[in-house]
This record gives sequence, structure tokens and C-alpha cells, in this order.
Amino acid sequence: MHDVAKHDDSKGQYFWVWGALLVLTGIEVWLGYRQIFAPVRMLEVLLVLSVIKSALIIGYFMHLKFETALMRWMLVIAVTGCFVIMYLFFFRDAVRILPPPSGVGLQ
Amino acid sequence: MADATLQHNAAAVHGGEFEAPLFGAYSKKVGMWLFLASDSLTFGALLFAFSYNRIYTVPWPTPFHVASITNATIMTACLLSSSLTMVMAVFAAQRHDRAWTRNWLLATMIFGTAFIVLHGMEWSKLIDEGLYLPGFMSVLGVSASHASGEYADVSKNVPQFTQAFFGLTAMHMLHVTIGVIYLGVVAFRKWFLPILGVIWIAAALLIPAGNVFHYPVHVLGIALVVCAIILFLKPKDYDAHDVEVSGLYWHFVDLVWMFIFPLVYLMSTKII
Repeated sequence: MHDVAKHDDSKGQYFWVWGALLVLTGIEVWLGYRQIFAPVRMLEVLLVLSVIKSALIIGYFMHLKFETALMRWMLVIAVTGCFVIMYLFFFRDAVRILPPPSGVGLQ
Repeated sequence: MADATLQHNAAAVHGGEFEAPLFGAYSKKVGMWLFLASDSLTFGALLFAFSYNRIYTVPWPTPFHVASITNATIMTACLLSSSLTMVMAVFAAQRHDRAWTRNWLLATMIFGTAFIVLHGMEWSKLIDEGLYLPGFMSVLGVSASHASGEYADVSKNVPQFTQAFFGLTAMHMLHVTIGVIYLGVVAFRKWFLPILGVIWIAAALLIPAGNVFHYPVHVLGIALVVCAIILFLKPKDYDAHDVEVSGLYWHFVDLVWMFIFPLVYLMSTKII
């Protein structure tokens, strides 16, 4: 049987990742309160921050960074592909059925 | 073909070696990754539905005051910290340090339980203030008398907000609850059964009728039966592989919250 994933045993990097995640969360909350962006831009900014946070969690805490390239690419491509298909079908169809009135969007 | 495979496997076994795994990982880990990939699509669909409602519903309610956002931020910190303690548990398991594996898993469970309790309090507060899902909550025995609070209009005029909010967060809360129980089984094995039983009975007695969690708390009873079946039918000493696989699940629930928190809470803040 293959052994437990062997990776850099430095625990320090996990504390750095944890700290980075807390800082990014703080930035999100600050942005949420200051509302310095328009809602649509705010949604984009928050999603970008969430993707960065999720990449840190998947890469370090879930150790995907230390897995084989085959496993990394298979999982990333499969899940991303499904989300892209979901997006193309869902939002494209939703916009066709229910177009937002002019000037109406995120409030 | 089958004979050839058998001969190949027999040769590998007699040679003292197994065939190298395809993904360079043991099968339990690959299985958990595949499960998480499929589960991510469940949450993806819910988040897409929420985003759709958010974009096409005007005006969108903003029920989350400072107290709610502070509460949700603390919940986020709990989950992030629990991920760190989970990593420490995996390290301890790889060192074959049973005591510290159990301690770190217990710390992870405590953070997870804190998240569930804080989330439950948040739900109860919002329901008391009028955020109400008529059909679903009447089934759960929640009184409709709450529908006169600050958010009564939201429930009445924008039901898609309450549906999306409760649907998404309930699904996540269920996953966190299952995660805490999973870690409890890995950490304490059969000793966890009486602990879970006591928690179930205490929660069932302490949560009053009319509270939204009065009936759902019996999920713990179902979990008790499932855990008992697993632990008695297939008793085993959980090793470093099991701890690592349970950690994958735990980090996943943390990961999902990293999208729910900004999308559901921070995009619906009410600043006063």
C-alpha cells in the first residue's frame, strides 16, 4: 500500500497559511462593511478572494499540492469543467428566460 | 483476461510487491477525493441558485446587521482554526502519536461544535425576527407567530431569499455535523457511541418545542445507529490513513464555507 502522503514536514507553513486565510477573511469583512465597490464589482472581488482562500485550503491543508501531477490535474480539470458546464447552461438559460429590466441588477 | 489479471496479481503478491497505484495514493484517499468532487457539485448548484436569485431579485433583502456579521466572522475563524488543528492531528497520526492525534481531533471537534452552536443561535435569532420559511418550518413545528418581526416582510415578499439562505446553510450545517461525528468515530472509536448518545438525549431534552432544531436534532440519533452498525460490524483501529482521509472531508466543509460566507452574508449586509 502506498504510504501516507509525504510532504514538507515543516509545520510553520501551515501556520502561515492559517494566518493568510484569517487576514483574507478580515479583508473580506472590511470590504463588506466599507462597500467601496459597486455590488457587481464587490461580488467579483469577493469571489476572487474566495478562490484564493480555497486554493490555499486545497493546496496546503488538503495536501493536493503534494499529490502526483496526474491526480492534481484530474481533480482540478474534472471539477472546474463541471462548474463551467453548470455556468454555461444555468446562467445562459436563466438570462434568456428572465432578462433583467434595463438598469436593474444587483442592489 | 480475468485469468491474466489473476496471474498478474498473484505474481505481484508472490513477488512481495503490489502494483503501483494509478494516482500515487491509496484507494481510500482517491475514493474520498472523488466523493468530495461530486459533493462540490451539490454545493455548486446551490451557490449558483443563490447567485441567480441574488442577481435577478430586486430589491434584495439585506438582513445581516453588525451582530450577524460578527457572529459569522467568528464562525469562519472557528472553521479555519479547526482546519489547522486537523492538520496537526494528521501530523501526530503520521508520528504514530495516538494521544496527540486524539487531542488534536478533539480540538477540531470543539471548533466544529462551536461553529454549529453559533450557527444555530444565528438561525434562531433570525427566525425570531421574522425570517420564516412557511411550509418547511411549519413541518418542523416552528410557530408562525414569529412572522411579525423585522424581517416578516422579507419572508412574505422575497421568499427566494429565505429559501436560498436556509437551504444553503442547512446543507452546510448538516455536513459540519456529520464531520464532527466522523472525527469523533476516528478519534474515540466505540467510546464515542455513549458520548454521542448523551449529546443526543441532552439536546433533545434541552431544545424546546417550537425551536427550529427541536426535530432536526434527532439526526444525531440516526447518526448513532449508523455509527454503531459501522463500529460493531467492522471494528478496526483507525490509522494515519484514516485520519488523513477524515481530514480531507473536514477541510472540504471549511472550503465550502469560504464561498458561503462572502456570498450569503457579506453581500447582504445592512450597515447602520
